[in-house]
Amino acid sequence: MTGRWLSPRLVCLAFALCAAGCHRTAGPDRVVTVWAMGREGEVIERLLPQFRKLHPEIRVKVQQQPWTAAHEKLLTAVAGEATPDVCQLGNTWIPEFAALEALEPLGPNAAKSTIIQRDDYFPGIWDTNLIAGTLYGVPWYVDTRLLFYRRDLLAKAGFAAPPKTWEEWSRMLAAIKALVGPERYSVLLPLNEFEPLLVLAIQQPEPLLRQDDRFGNFRGAGFRRALAFYVEMFQRGWAPPVSATQISNVWDELGRGYYSFYISGPWNIGEFKRRLPPELQPTWMTASMPGPDGPGASLAGGASLVIFRRSRHKADAWRLLEYLSSPDVQRQFYELTGDLPPRRASWRDPRLAENPYARAFLEQLERVKPTPKVPEWERIVDQMRLVAERAVDGKLSVDQAGQELDQTVDAILEKRRWLADRGAAP
Amino acid sequence: MRVQRAAWALVTPALLVIGVFFFLPVLAALLVSLTDFDLYALADIRNLRFIGLANYWHLLQSPAFWQALANTAYFVAAGVPLSLFASLAAALLVNARLARFSALFRTTLFAPVVTTLVAVAVVWRYLLHTRYGVLNYALAQIGVHPIDWLGDPHWAMPAIILFAVWKNFGYNMIIFLAALQSIPADLYEAARLDGANGWQEFRHITLPSLAATLLLVSILTMAGYFQLFAEPYVMTQGGPMQSTVSVLYFMYEEGFKWWNLGSASAVAFLLFLLILAITALQLRVTRRAEAA
Repeated sequence: MTGRWLSPRLVCLAFALCAAGCHRTAGPDRVVTVWAMGREGEVIERLLPQFRKLHPEIRVKVQQQPWTAAHEKLLTAVAGEATPDVCQLGNTWIPEFAALEALEPLGPNAAKSTIIQRDDYFPGIWDTNLIAGTLYGVPWYVDTRLLFYRRDLLAKAGFAAPPKTWEEWSRMLAAIKALVGPERYSVLLPLNEFEPLLVLAIQQPEPLLRQDDRFGNFRGAGFRRALAFYVEMFQRGWAPPVSATQISNVWDELGRGYYSFYISGPWNIGEFKRRLPPELQPTWMTASMPGPDGPGASLAGGASLVIFRRSRHKADAWRLLEYLSSPDVQRQFYELTGDLPPRRASWRDPRLAENPYARAFLEQLERVKPTPKVPEWERIVDQMRLVAERAVDGKLSVDQAGQELDQTVDAILEKRRWLADRGAAP
Repeated sequence: MRVQRAAWALVTPALLVIGVFFFLPVLAALLVSLTDFDLYALADIRNLRFIGLANYWHLLQSPAFWQALANTAYFVAAGVPLSLFASLAAALLVNARLARFSALFRTTLFAPVVTTLVAVAVVWRYLLHTRYGVLNYALAQIGVHPIDWLGDPHWAMPAIILFAVWKNFGYNMIIFLAALQSIPADLYEAARLDGANGWQEFRHITLPSLAATLLLVSILTMAGYFQLFAEPYVMTQGGPMQSTVSVLYFMYEEGFKWWNLGSASAVAFLLFLLILAITALQLRVTRRAEAA
C-alpha cells in the first residue's frame, strides 16, 4: 500500500510544489516591519494607505508597543536578534542602540535623498541623531519644553510680556507670589520630573559631562548656577515642593491659578485646550524659555525613525522613512497626533503657522540643544533628579549636591572610561 | 544492584531536565554576577570584565538597594501575618459546622487566586482611585478624607499589601481547610464533654493540630512575598518616590531597564540568601518551640 503511494513521480511532484511554495514566501514578498509606540503606534496605520498605493510591492506590518515597555522590548529584541526593520526611537535612546551596534548608519542615504533635506530640519534636533558624526536616525517629531503661563495673572502682577531672562523671570515669580498669597504659587516644577532642572542646566555654556563624556561636570559652575536657581524657586516659596502625582490635575490647577508658570511640552497645548473651560481659554499662553541672560535654550527631545542593522529590507525601509518624512505626510501626522514636525517646510502649513500656541515652540525649536550622547544618560538624569529632590528638601547644599552627583555619575561612567582607554569607545 | 540501576534509569530524565533548566541557569547567573555584564558587553563580549564580588559590594553600599530591601521587609512583615490570619479565619468560617453553602463560599474565596493578576489589578486601580474609587467613597461615608492610595508614598505600600493579601489568601485557605478536615472529630467531642468552650477548643485542639501546616504555609507565603514584583509593576511602577520598589523590582530595573545583568544577578543571589536565611531561622524557631 504505502509503496504505491510513495511512487517516485509523486515524490518529485511534492518536491516541486514545495520548492515553488518556498520560493514564493522567501522571494519577492517584501515585508517591512515597523514598531511604533503609544499614540503614534495607533495612528501610523492611517498614514500608510498612500504609501501602499505608491509601493504596492512593499507590505508594511505595523506593531504597536506601549511606551512603558518599549525600552525593555527593544533591548530584548536586540539581544535576541529579533529586531524590526523600522522603529520609532526616542532620540535620547539613540546613543544606547548605536553603542549596541544595532542601528544602520543612514548618512549615505540621507545625502542622496531628495525628500530628506538636512538643512530643512531644526539643527538641534538633527544633531541628536548624530553619534560621533554618524547619522543613525531621521527626526520624526519633536518635543521640547517651554513655559505655559497665565497671561492675566502676569498682567495683574504688572508685566505685559513673558520673561526673556532669568532675572526678569525671578521678578515676575516674586511679584506673582506676592499677588496670590501663601496658599498659591508662581511656578510648578514637579519633583518627579527631571526636565525642568535639565532645561536650566542645558542653558549653561558648560557641558554636563566633561573630557569626552568620561566624567560628570555637575560640580562645575554651570550646573551649580542652574541648581541654585532651581532650589531658590522652592526656598522662596515660588514653587510648591510636590510631585506631579500629588497634583491630580495640572490643567485645572493652572486654571485655578494654583501656579502661573508651568514648564511642559507640546502635548499640553491640546490638553489645555480641551480641559480648561471656555471662559479661561483666553488666559493661558505659551512662551519660549528665558535664559541666564537672554532667550534660553531647551531640550532637543522627540522621536526619530531608525532602521535596524539586521533588517533584510533596508532599501524598502528607507523608502518608508522618506515617505513618513515628507512635509505632506508630516502635516497629516500633526493633525492626527498634535506631534510637532521637525522640519521647517512642514511648519509652513497654515494650521500650524496660525496656531498661536505653537508659535513659541517654533521659536524654541531654533534654540534646542541635545543632551550628552552616552548610553548611560537616562541613569544619569535619574540620579540628577534624586539629588535635586534632596537639595530642595534642604538635606544637601548646592555644592554638596554637585559633588555627590559627580561621584555617582563618575561611577556610572567607569566602564565608559575603561572602554575609551582601550580605544574601543562607541 | 539491578534495583539501583533501574532507579537511576528512572530518575535520570528528571535529573537531566532539572539540571538543564534549573542548575545550569543558576550556575550561569552566579558567574554573570561576578562580571560587569552590561550593554557594552552585549554589543561585544570582549567588553566583559571579571570583577569578583564588586557587584555585591556596590549593592550593599547603595541606598536604593537598602530602600528596596526595607520596602520588601515592610511588605513581608505586614503582608504575611495578615495573609495567614485572613486565610485561617476564612478556612475556619467555611469549615464551621453552622456554615451553609460552604462549597459556594469555598469557590468564591478561592476565585481571586485563579484570576489573572493584571486584570484584577486594573479593577483594583479603579477601586483605589482617589476621586472615583469605591474605597474612598466608603471612607467618605464615615468622614475620612479621600486618600491618594497609589500616589501618596505613605499609602502606596498599604494599598499593595491589601491587594496582594486579597489576591493570595484563598490558596492558603484551601490548605488550611484540608488540614482542618483531617483533625479527628472525637477530639472535639471529648473536649466538649469536658466543658471546653469554643476558644479553648481552638487554642488546645485546632491550633496544635495545625502546627505543621502553619509552618509550611508560613514558609511558602514568606518565600512568595519576598518575591513581590507583579503587583507594583502593574499598579505603581515602583513609585511614588520609590516607595513600592521591591527587591525583585529593583533587580528587574537593574537588569532590563539599565541592562546591568551582572549587578541584577547579584541582586538575585542576595535575595536567595536572604530567603534561605529566614527560612532556616523559621525552621529552627519552630523546632525549638516543638521541643519545649
